[in-house]
Amino acid sequence: MSSIIQLTSITKFYQVGEEKVHALDGVSIQIQKNEYVAIMGPSGSGKSTLMNIIGCLDTPTSGLYELNDTSVSDMNDNQLAKIRNKEIGFVFQTFNLLARSDVLHNVELPLIYGGIGSMERKKLARAAIERVGLTDRIHHKPNELSGGQRQRVSIARALVTQPSILLADEPTGNLDTKTGDEIMMLFDTLHKEGNTIILVTHEEDIALHAHRRIRLRDGKMEVDEPIKNRKILTRPTTVMA
Amino acid sequence: MKFVFDEFKEGMAIAFAAIRANKMRSVLTTLGIVIGIVSVTLMGTAIEGLNRAFNKSIAALGSDVLYVQKWSWGNHNDDWWIIKNRRNVRIKQAKDIEKYSEYAQAVNPVTGTRRNVIYGQKLVENVTIIGTGAYWLETSGSTVAFGRFFTPMEADGGRPVCAIGSEVAANLFPNENPIGKNIKIGGYAYQVLSVFDKQGSFLGLESLDNRVYVPINRFFQEFMSHRSDLQIMVKAKSVEELDNTKEEVRGILRRSRGLKPKDQDDFAINQQETLIQTFNTIGGVIAAVGLFITGMSLFVGGIGIMNIMFVSVTERTREIGIRKAIGAPRRTILLQFLMESAALCLIGGIIGIIIAFPISLIIDTFLPTAMPLSVVFIALLVSIIVGVVSGFLPAYRASRLDPVDALRYE
Repeated sequence: MSSIIQLTSITKFYQVGEEKVHALDGVSIQIQKNEYVAIMGPSGSGKSTLMNIIGCLDTPTSGLYELNDTSVSDMNDNQLAKIRNKEIGFVFQTFNLLARSDVLHNVELPLIYGGIGSMERKKLARAAIERVGLTDRIHHKPNELSGGQRQRVSIARALVTQPSILLADEPTGNLDTKTGDEIMMLFDTLHKEGNTIILVTHEEDIALHAHRRIRLRDGKMEVDEPIKNRKILTRPTTVMA
Repeated sequence: MKFVFDEFKEGMAIAFAAIRANKMRSVLTTLGIVIGIVSVTLMGTAIEGLNRAFNKSIAALGSDVLYVQKWSWGNHNDDWWIIKNRRNVRIKQAKDIEKYSEYAQAVNPVTGTRRNVIYGQKLVENVTIIGTGAYWLETSGSTVAFGRFFTPMEADGGRPVCAIGSEVAANLFPNENPIGKNIKIGGYAYQVLSVFDKQGSFLGLESLDNRVYVPINRFFQEFMSHRSDLQIMVKAKSVEELDNTKEEVRGILRRSRGLKPKDQDDFAINQQETLIQTFNTIGGVIAAVGLFITGMSLFVGGIGIMNIMFVSVTERTREIGIRKAIGAPRRTILLQFLMESAALCLIGGIIGIIIAFPISLIIDTFLPTAMPLSVVFIALLVSIIVGVVSGFLPAYRASRLDPVDALRYE
């Protein structure tokens, strides 16, 4: 089976004044379908840059990035936007919901940009909202929701286009431990349902939910190993709302 | 197509949500456009009024009538002093045209002055007294409401008879039939033969109804020397023959005034056309200058919109980042902000028209006009264009934002 993500010798330089900063320096990674990967590293290690490149928000200075066997490393802005829309579901630390729109509209938004018709859109959005257990909050604005609920809205938004990968950047960073655990349980369930999940975090505890750990340091791959002592949360995943 | 429509709907929703979210700011920004649209539409309405007044007045001159005068209505290429010193146009020239012209249907000498008119105890001051031949109705296109105009015999004989304008009639004879009554014009007695239909005013200035018409020969005896300057109205048999008539009249006049072949004409033959041309030149300049000056305020309003759109883009950098991250292409972001600024301006335009319309009704009371529908549509179109043009730069900047930077923006 071919990989969903194939990164080959990815480098990324930033020009800061006179100096060239190597955010990524020859990183190669393969990720298969339905993998559950944690990308770790201290700040400045290049993990954000790596996430931006995997998420097609940024392009590498050199190297090859193939997503679903399509090279995306030299696509233009609009092509990348399309890829992000169809293939990638983002879950951000700060949720990044549209404050003035209700839950339904927030979840619907990627489908609008994907050109899905109104009826179909509403149906898919409602299904995704139900999946994260927020059906009773469907017309609430983000500021009427708790942190955990907001993060679930953003997960629903990420899921709604049925993307190839879910890309979560410190998804529990702004949540308390209990809520964070609930969110991680949701990710675990989504993984069991066949989703490919990439988790960017600096918390060992959170990373333990994943099956594979990639550790970066100074823009280089330091560790790429399977996780043995996985953290399994035993509480039933249905009591999340 | 459906896709574009959805994007448009989304853009509209965002635009109005953004405008609603910053009510005060939106109102203040829109104010610039409102003022711009009000001034431009009112200027358009005023120009329309000017045109209407002119066209109405000019129609009275008749397109098939020539006016022989010392002065030309068009551009004065000749020296003012030379024209001033031309010999007066006299009654003899009118007689000669009448005698020799083949093309002329009616010839009518005219002159005028101002006098007080009295009937019994009633006095009307400063009435325009027109001394005219018998063919005033034919050459001027005016009509008599009741009674009859004086005959050629009465005109030549200088009988003390007159025809009065509707305003004079209303002032002197509020409750009586004026026909057959004797009035005093500048102290001389005249019998009223007829009353004219209401005609309005010339170029919105001089009332055409505050007039009394008397036979020109009588006029010469009582109000002015027969050597004074006249105007001769010559009605051609048809509009098509106007140029021929003009040439013929010119020849007759040159002979009548004893000009040698190499002498230049010492008279002018005017026609409606000349005045229209002169007006179009002047009116065009007035319109251009007026619209330019009022357009400036719209321009300033546009700059206000541009400024606020830059603020809006900066404020919503993060939102732009989110939208881009989940797959909004550049075009969508560009469209979103263009629609926001166009919507702002369109609202301004609509409010502007709502304000300008009652003001145009006030203008209508002293300069008959109406806000032309074309001006309304143009104003709305212009406000949308102003919105799109002034929103373009901020929207373009938004669409080019790097999603990574935009998401990181606090």
